Amino acid sequence: MKILVPLKRVPDPDTKIRVRADGSAIETDGVKYTVNPFDAIALEEALRLREQSGTVEILVISIGTAVCQEQLRAGLAMGADRALLIRHDGETDSLGIAKILAELVRRERPDLILMGKQAIDDDSNQTGQMLAGLLGVGQATFISRLTIAPGSGRATCCRETDSGLETVTVSLPAVVTTDLRLNEPRYVTALGIMKAKKKPLEEIDAASLGVDIRSRTHVTRLTRPKGRSAGVRVRTVDELLQKLREEARVI
Amino acid sequence: MTHMTPPKLLVIAESERDGLKLVTLAAVGCARQVAEATGGRFDILVIGAPVQAAVDALQGYGAANIFVAEAKELAVPTADNYAHVIVDVARMHGATMLTAAASTFSKDILPRVAALLDAGMLSDVTAVVPVGDEYTFDRVMYAGNVIAAVTLDGPVKVFTVRASAFPAAEKSGGQSPVVPIAVDRASLPNRIETHDRVATPSGRPDATEARVVVSGGRAIKNAADFERLVGGLADVLGAAVGSSRALVDAGITPNTLQIGQTGKAVAPELYIGLGISGAIQHLAGMKDSKVIVAINQDSEAPIFEIADYGLVGDVYAVVPELIGKLKLS
Ligand SMILES: Cc1cc2nc3c(=O)[nH]c(=O)nc-3n(C[C@H](O)[C@H](O)[C@H](O)COP(=O)(O)OP(=O)(O)OC[C@H]3O[C@@H](n4cnc5c(N)ncnc54)[C@H](O)[C@@H]3O)c2cc1C
Ligand SMILES: Nc1ncnc2c1ncn2[C@@H]1O[C@H](COP(=O)(O)O)[C@@H](O)[C@H]1O
Repeated sequence: MKILVPLKRVPDPDTKIRVRADGSAIETDGVKYTVNPFDAIALEEALRLREQSGTVEILVISIGTAVCQEQLRAGLAMGADRALLIRHDGETDSLGIAKILAELVRRERPDLILMGKQAIDDDSNQTGQMLAGLLGVGQATFISRLTIAPGSGRATCCRETDSGLETVTVSLPAVVTTDLRLNEPRYVTALGIMKAKKKPLEEIDAASLGVDIRSRTHVTRLTRPKGRSAGVRVRTVDELLQKLREEARVI
Repeated sequence: MTHMTPPKLLVIAESERDGLKLVTLAAVGCARQVAEATGGRFDILVIGAPVQAAVDALQGYGAANIFVAEAKELAVPTADNYAHVIVDVARMHGATMLTAAASTFSKDILPRVAALLDAGMLSDVTAVVPVGDEYTFDRVMYAGNVIAAVTLDGPVKVFTVRASAFPAAEKSGGQSPVVPIAVDRASLPNRIETHDRVATPSGRPDATEARVVVSGGRAIKNAADFERLVGGLADVLGAAVGSSRALVDAGITPNTLQIGQTGKAVAPELYIGLGISGAIQHLAGMKDSKVIVAINQDSEAPIFEIADYGLVGDVYAVVPELIGKLKLS
């Protein structure tokens, strides 16, 4: 079985994000970058499938500039077999990324595309579903459990929805997107980093793929949301109740 | 103001057997706003089986048409089949804007629709501003740290709206014509097989719809304590309950309660956080609440920086006292 796992380079969730004064972009000075946490969960799940069944090849892919090599190396150090960097410098949106991934799926013919439900920078939550649509394959989004019975050619997934849990089965190939409860990704070990240095990391220029990836979405300006300031401290429950009743009038 | 080419909006309703999901009314509210500002019009599409309750609930909001795709194959929303129907209706009626309230239902389906229409898409939009013959959309990114103004190219634009940012539409009277859509069963992709859907039982309102939300964090040690403290306070206030990711990960609360960047976004009149530190990912889902109360034993907890009323204390002591005093009054 072959599993394709896209890894997006995003600011670490613990970094403070600031907007540049001119509203053109976020301040990148001092920002630490990492693999999108949901993608790390996807890769962990792929590694576990390999540990269960043995014969799984895991290909990690990142789309962006040369710096994305860092995240691909991290993916290789976690245990992926090979990496592909699709070089692209410039505006992208979920549809463009999905079109690139669709082309790679045609070339690589994976059985499963395991990816994050959401990139924690743009917070779009779109790419996996778009990819499934472009490929005309089944999808299971926001999953918290994945079972693939060996040789069945089917994946059974538990999905987290707004009202509860849902179990679905999709035939492979399919696109599956991860939610937080699926697993806890392993840490990269020193040995893993050593091994990663010898694993193949291939680069392809996005323009050479022959797909139209022009972004349809254009960010024209970034602003900071209007801040909230700290209100008052109350000392007792009585004081809290009095404020809520007489000042805020919300109870 | 009239647009040179007024938009034709298509609102995708979210319906269940028992009727319309109320979040749909936020999308209807947004569509009506855009239609009124531009001289355009909006239709609503209801998919499922049975759909009558949802269709009835959508009367009186000024939709030009209520399209209804009813078929037993569509009783459960699966992304491939629903996307197929939505794309058909959008093409047939020349929709130029497709929208729905942001929820796991629309997040699952609408990006697939956008891809099939080769259209750009924006999620969790908080404002739509017509500018000349185009639009600027506002949406939040980076866990609520950034608001982006974004434009969308192309003849068809797809977006989901954050329900907390658009007031639910109010009835304006009148009946919208109900137009049945013929569903070609043989053409449905049927690539996703649903086995079971287990709704998490809850005797309380949904956090996205409630006026008051009481939310618990890691301070709460187990499910029984959550029910007694968070649930107990919610019940005396007629409130919904919510929680941080920490409690969902620990199996203390179900996933349906997670509020935050990657959970639900809420903006109630009153939000009460019990033993929640105020991580940016949690704030992303609640900091637009009108009044925020925080109870935390750590006086330095970041949630106090955004709370209107902060009480430093142990939730295990403070909350029972609060419940007791509210019951007395
Ligand atoms: C990719 C990603 C996505 C995420 N998405 C979300 C999301 O959608 N929603 C979300 O909530 N989080 C999310 N998180 C997690 C987030 O970063 C925090 O870890 C989480 O919100 C912390 O939950 P908490 O405040 O309950 O726990 P903690 O941060 O551990 O805080 C517990 C608080 O309780 C206080 N406390 C302890 N005991 C008591 C007591 N007896 N009485 C009073 N106070 C007490 C402590 O002082 C502390 O402030 C996400 C993280 C990542 C990386
Ligand atoms: N530039 C990228 N490189 C690799 N994967 C990406 C990229 N952008 C998005 N993805 C994948 O798509 C998922 C959803 O992203 P989004 O739709 O932007 O929220 C991410 O979790 C990644 O798995």
